[in-house]
Amino acid sequence: MNTFEYAPAPESRAIVDIKPSYGLFVGGEFVDGHGRSFKTISPSTEEVLSEVAEADETDVDLAVKAARRAHSRVWGRMPGKERAKYLFRIARIIQERGRELAVLESIDNGKPIKETRDVDVPIAAAHFFYYAGWADKLKYSGHGTESLGVAGQVIPWNFPLLMLSWKIAPALACGNTVVLKPAETTPLTALLFAEICQQADLPPGVVNIITGAGDTGRTLVSHPDVDKVAFTGSTEVGRAIAKSVAGSDKRVTLELGGKAANIVFDDAPLDQAVEGIVNGIFFNQGHVCCAGSRLLVQESVADEVLGRLKRRMGTLRVGDPLDKNTDVGAINSAEQLAKIRRLSQIGEQEGAERWSAPCDLPDHGFWFPPTVFTGVTQAHRIAREEIFGPVLSVLTFRTPGEAVEKANNTPYGLSAGVWTEKGSRILKVANALRAGVVWANTFNKFDPTSPFGGYKESGYGREGGRHGLEAYLR
Amino acid sequence: MNTASTRIDVRKTYKLFIGGGFPRSESGHSYVVSDVRGRFVANAALASRKDARDAVAAARKAFPGWSGRTAYNRGQVVYRIAEVMEDRRPQFVEALRQGEGRTPAAAGKVLDESIDRLVWYAGWADKLTQVVGNANPVAGPFFNLSTPEPTGVVAVLAPQGSSLLGLVSVVAPVIVAGDTVVVAASTERPLPAVTFAEVLATSDVPGGVVNILTGSLDRTAPTLASHMDVNALDLTGLAGDPEQATELEIQAAANLKRVRRAPAAEPDWSVEPGLDRMTDVLETKTVWHPIGV
Repeated sequence: MNTFEYAPAPESRAIVDIKPSYGLFVGGEFVDGHGRSFKTISPSTEEVLSEVAEADETDVDLAVKAARRAHSRVWGRMPGKERAKYLFRIARIIQERGRELAVLESIDNGKPIKETRDVDVPIAAAHFFYYAGWADKLKYSGHGTESLGVAGQVIPWNFPLLMLSWKIAPALACGNTVVLKPAETTPLTALLFAEICQQADLPPGVVNIITGAGDTGRTLVSHPDVDKVAFTGSTEVGRAIAKSVAGSDKRVTLELGGKAANIVFDDAPLDQAVEGIVNGIFFNQGHVCCAGSRLLVQESVADEVLGRLKRRMGTLRVGDPLDKNTDVGAINSAEQLAKIRRLSQIGEQEGAERWSAPCDLPDHGFWFPPTVFTGVTQAHRIAREEIFGPVLSVLTFRTPGEAVEKANNTPYGLSAGVWTEKGSRILKVANALRAGVVWANTFNKFDPTSPFGGYKESGYGREGGRHGLEAYLR
Repeated sequence: MNTASTRIDVRKTYKLFIGGGFPRSESGHSYVVSDVRGRFVANAALASRKDARDAVAAARKAFPGWSGRTAYNRGQVVYRIAEVMEDRRPQFVEALRQGEGRTPAAAGKVLDESIDRLVWYAGWADKLTQVVGNANPVAGPFFNLSTPEPTGVVAVLAPQGSSLLGLVSVVAPVIVAGDTVVVAASTERPLPAVTFAEVLATSDVPGGVVNILTGSLDRTAPTLASHMDVNALDLTGLAGDPEQATELEIQAAANLKRVRRAPAAEPDWSVEPGLDRMTDVLETKTVWHPIGV
C-alpha cells in the first residue's frame, strides 16, 4: 500500500520580532523592573527567546498605583460607550495582528500553530469584541453597573493570550483597571498585547502587565489596594490565594484544576466519540484544565473504542509547533515534563497498562508522546490527580448510574463529556454531573458568550457570557 | 465666471438600493430634493409599488443567509458599518447640513450619535439572547429553553424628520436581530439614506439585507403594509398621522404582521433606546426535550 508522507509545512517566524529583553508595562509605558530578570525559552527547541523583568514588591506596588490612578481619574469615570470603543479597537488590532500573535504564542508556549491560529487568537479577539458590547449595557446584566476598582489577575501558561483576554476584557468592560501577571514560561504574547494597548491609545494605567513567577503573583494578589483577584491555575495555588484573602474585602474568582470524565455510552457514534476523546485529552498537549483526562467507556464497547482510539492516536503528528500539520506540540516546560513522566511512572507502578503512540520525538525540547492507560481503577493516582499532559486514563462502567458515580468521584468539577445518541440520556446525565461545563457529543468548545468555571475544588466564579460580568461589578 | 478655468463638478445620481445594487426606479420617475431653503439639490428616485415589491423579494432572498449567520458575525458586520461611516464624515455632514439645515458642528454631532448608535446595536447581536431568552424551570423532567429568533422581512417607514440618526435607529435593531429590512426613507430628506446605502454596500452587509426606497410613502407604504411576504411593519415614519397609520395597520392585519405603531410625534433620537425595537421583530421559540436515561 502506498502511504503519502506529509511534507514539512512550516509557518514563517519572520512575522514576529522578539526583542532581546523586555521590561514591565506600567502606566502605559515599558519600564525597567527593580528586581532580577529571567529567561523565557522555546519549549520545542530550548532556545532562549528573550530576557524578561521579574517584578518585585516595588514594581507590583507601582503597577497597582498606576491602575488605581487610571481607575479613579479616567477609566472608572468614562462612559461605558467610550470604554466600549477602546475594547472594540483592541479586538480589531488582535484580528489585524492575528498571525503575528499566533506565531509568537506557538514559539513561546510550544503549542501547534494550527491551534494558536484557529483557536487561541480568534477566540481572544472575540472575547474583546463580546465584552466591548457589554461596556455600555451593564444595566441589562443583572449584576450591577459599578466597577470594583483595581483587579489583580494571574494567568497560566497553557493559553497565555486567551486567558489574558478572559481576564482583561470583562474587567475593562465593567470599568475596572487591571494589573495582570502572565506565567513565567509564557510572557511574550502578554507583552505584545501591551503594545496593542498602546496602538489602541488605551489610557495609561488601565492595563498593566507585570512579569514574574510565583512570588510576583503572591505579592500582587495580596496587595492591599487590589479590590478583585482573578486567578487561573492550579488548585494548590488557588487554595493559597483563598487563604491569603480571608478576612479582606477582596472579591475573588478562581479557575483551577480538573480531572474531567468523558463518558462514552454504547449507543454513541463511536468515530465521533473517538475524535472527541482525542480532542479532549490531546488538544494543547493535554495542558487544559478542562481536559477529558478520564475516559469512562461502557464495558460493552470498551474494546472497540480502545481499538479505534489507538489507531487514531497513531496518526497524531507530534513535533514542530510551527508546522501547520502538527497536532501535538511541545510540553511547555522541563518541570511540567518531569511531572508528566513521574505520574506516568506511578501509573505503571500501580498496575495500569501503558500504551504510547509510536512517534519520533525531536532531540531537543520537551516532548511526551500521546499516551493511554488502561486497566485504571478509581484508586489509582493517574485517575485522581491532574496530570496536565497528553495522558489519558481509561475506566469502564456498566450502567448510567455507575458512570455518573465514577465521574463525580473526584474533588474536581470543572467539566465533563457525554457521548450518546439519546437526547434524554444526555440531559439526565448532564444534570447529575457535578461539573461547571458539560459537553454533549462534543468537547473542548469555548465561546465568549458561554460561561466557564468549576464546581467544588475546580474553583469558583464564572468567566465568559453575561455571568462573567458578575465578578467585576457591584 | 471664467468657465475656461473652473472645474465643473461631477454630480452624483441618487438611486434606490435593492438587493445590494443601485437601480433607478423601474417606473423611470424621480422627484426634486431641495435643501432647507428650497434650493435644488438633486433628483432622487421616486420608488414605485413594483420597486417596493422587488425590495421585499430581495429582502426575503437574503433572509435565510443573514438569519443563519452567527450572532457574533452579525455583530461584526454592523460594527463594520460604523467603521465605514466614520470614514465618510464629510459626505454625511454635508447631507445633514443641506437636508436638516444643521451647522457643520451640529451635523457632526448627529453623525457621531448615528455611528455610536450602530456600535451600541452591534454589541447587542450576541447578547440579546442572553437578556431576553432563558431556561424555564418547568415542573417535570424536561429541558425547556426559550430563545429569540428573527421574525423575517421587516418593512420600516423611517422617520421623516431625522434623516440619518433616525434612519440608523430604526434599521440597525432590525438587522442586528437577524431580520432583513425594506426601509422607506424620509421623503423630503432622502439623501443621507442613499449615502448610507453606499456605506452598507461597502461594509460586508450581504446584498438584500437592507433595501432602501426613496420617494413618496403614498406609493410604497400601502404596498409594504399589504404585502403577504412581509412579517412586520414599523410605522414610525407616520408620526403624528394616526389616520394613515391606522389604515396601514388594518392592511397589515391581512397576514398578521407584527406592527409597531406610529408615535404621536417623532421621538428624540438622541436618547439611548431600549430593547423594544429588537424584540418587536423577534419571535420566541421554546424547545422541550425529555430528561431521562
